[in-house]
Amino acid sequence: MKILTGNDLSTGDVIWWAGDGWSRQVGESVDVGDKGNDLARAEEAALRVVGAYVIDASRDEGGVRPAHIKDRIRALGPTVRPDLTLKPNDADAGNWVI
Amino acid sequence: MYRYDSYDQSIVDARVEEFRDQTQRRLAGQLTEDQFKPLRLMNGLYLQLHAYMLRVAIPYGTLSAKQMRKLGEIAAKYDKGYGHFTTRTNLQYNWIKLADAPDILAELATVEMHAIQTSGNCIRNISSDQYAGVSADEATDPRPWAELLRQWSTFHPEFTYLPRKFKICVIASKEDRAAMRLHDIGLKLVSRDGQIGAEVYAGGGMGRTPMVAPQIKDFVPEDEIVSYLEACLRVYNRYGRRDNKYKARIKILVHELGVEEYKRQVEEEYAHMKQLGLNPPTEELDRIRPFFANPAYEQGLADEIDRADPAFALWVDRQVAAHKQPGYAIVNISLKPKGGIPGDASAEQIGLVADLAETYSFDELRVTHAQNLVLPHVKKADLYAIWQKLDEAGLAEANLDLITDIIACPGLDYCSLANARSIPLAQKLSERFADAGRQKDLGELKVKISGCINACGHHHAGHIGVLGVDRKGVENFQLSLGGSGAEDAAVGQITGPGFSEDGVVDAIEKVTDLYLAEREEGERFLDTYRRLGMKPFKEAIYG
Ligand code: HEM
Ligand code: SF4
Repeated sequence: MKILTGNDLSTGDVIWWAGDGWSRQVGESVDVGDKGNDLARAEEAALRVVGAYVIDASRDEGGVRPAHIKDRIRALGPTVRPDLTLKPNDADAGNWVI
Repeated sequence: MYRYDSYDQSIVDARVEEFRDQTQRRLAGQLTEDQFKPLRLMNGLYLQLHAYMLRVAIPYGTLSAKQMRKLGEIAAKYDKGYGHFTTRTNLQYNWIKLADAPDILAELATVEMHAIQTSGNCIRNISSDQYAGVSADEATDPRPWAELLRQWSTFHPEFTYLPRKFKICVIASKEDRAAMRLHDIGLKLVSRDGQIGAEVYAGGGMGRTPMVAPQIKDFVPEDEIVSYLEACLRVYNRYGRRDNKYKARIKILVHELGVEEYKRQVEEEYAHMKQLGLNPPTEELDRIRPFFANPAYEQGLADEIDRADPAFALWVDRQVAAHKQPGYAIVNISLKPKGGIPGDASAEQIGLVADLAETYSFDELRVTHAQNLVLPHVKKADLYAIWQKLDEAGLAEANLDLITDIIACPGLDYCSLANARSIPLAQKLSERFADAGRQKDLGELKVKISGCINACGHHHAGHIGVLGVDRKGVENFQLSLGGSGAEDAAVGQITGPGFSEDGVVDAIEKVTDLYLAEREEGERFLDTYRRLGMKPFKEAIYG
């Protein structure tokens, strides 16, 4: 699947396109098909995201898994600071291997 | 320490207000990201993997207690409670909100700090020796020069859009603790017939084409240093390869022209400039110098240290260096605890070191390019009290220049340019080699790790260097041996095919085992490597 990600313009948080808006949870990403780039430009213009880009991902029992390790690390947080990742609040977030 | 005059303060304050306005316009949609990005970068604000990242300049690595305290407060108030000290002796915050950035810069300005010129193709933060002004072997204190160059390079209109970033280092000791020859320009202040002047080195650098800077001038008298530098930069600014980002650093120009031709062009430019009388007035240097005068050292202090506590004695042997003043010592504070993140310090640790600097070190501290901290003027009689406080805060690791004193860039855990993670590897190595006796036996051994070819982690200059690469989407690590950033500067050689993360830890262990088996009396790892060459090490690793 293709999913859309970027950073929140104001906070810088990593965000994922969830169909009707942006989510901090990669698991809520939806397949954007071939609409990703148009969506990215529109959302940037609406000041909701900065640096938006489309990536490959797959969905399995662990949730939505970005194809590239860089986006998997973005999705969860630094691997060296588990306390600062999504995990403490959401034990099921990104249950895949980095 | 230098204190801002009203001119310094007013340009920094004006910059904060300008950036506040730019940020507001960005958040209101009046500036696009394409328009805003160069403006935020000029103020040290990057967009990284997880958030905005702010890089704060620490001029020549020197901080007052008050400045350090402010850095800790900002970490607690605006970030997630920590900061990362870098090989450029700056501090990076990893979790900054755009809307907060102007307030952070305003807070920094209250303690004479900023993030100007910590990004972009301009002259970056000037680096220097962390023992400047306190080591016995220096020709003169390099800090007044570093400060003069800071002033000269700040907003220098001609050098704001160079072909590429530009890094200058000033030292004045035989021992090079600042990787001087791996800078675009390195200055080594020396004394000749009673006159101070500089040896000038140009065209060093890391990145994808590492080079050790050749000497281009053996002596520039002190009152001509700035205009000589001006000539060096002019030639680079005119002929540096703007057509290709990967060839745009001065090292490529010097290499392509040849040292002699680059020198000739600089001399020609310099001869022209000399007539223009562009040297800064010597009064400015005279104004700066007293800021770096010796603090009011007490006289007649005892030189003995009470070494009754064995853990303390171990720490003293490793972390404490000789000071020029009898009764005083230089304290190195390790930011490399076992299993820790090299260069990271929590807000509380930053606050503690600020307090220690205030109470015990005449209000002053330093940041080193090896991502450690230094208290430069400590009474020997106070060492035990300092050690106890550091120990309570997890800052009493005794590993200066040993195998676990690893330089590591943020790598793929934080950096958007990375190919691989650097920090987890540093952590695994520090655990594998944690045994204090083993580390001590291995002696001086500098391990440096970069997460991509930009080489922020100085891997080319590591006795043992590791470079993270991307092999079909999987992290892979290339090992190199024999580099050095010190006075015997050299670029390391790659051993051969790369490794997984665990594989490279094993390979490094094999390398150190061979060293232990083969070393001769008094040889450091680097010496043995240089004597034996790559071959036996390669056999030990891949054999
Ligand atoms: C995370 C944000 C960072 C980015 C985007 C970044 C980017 C870069 C780039 C693109 C280069 C290569 C420049 C060139 O060769 O033209 C470079 C070099 C370098 N960076 Fe970074 N860097 C980052 C963080 C750091 C950190 C944390 C440190 C210190 C630990 C650092 C220290 C250096 C050094 C020492 C070099 C080599 C200088 C040379 O080539 O002479 N950087 N960086
Ligand atoms: S070396 Fe590469 S990965 Fe490491 S900080 Fe520099 S740019 Fe990022």
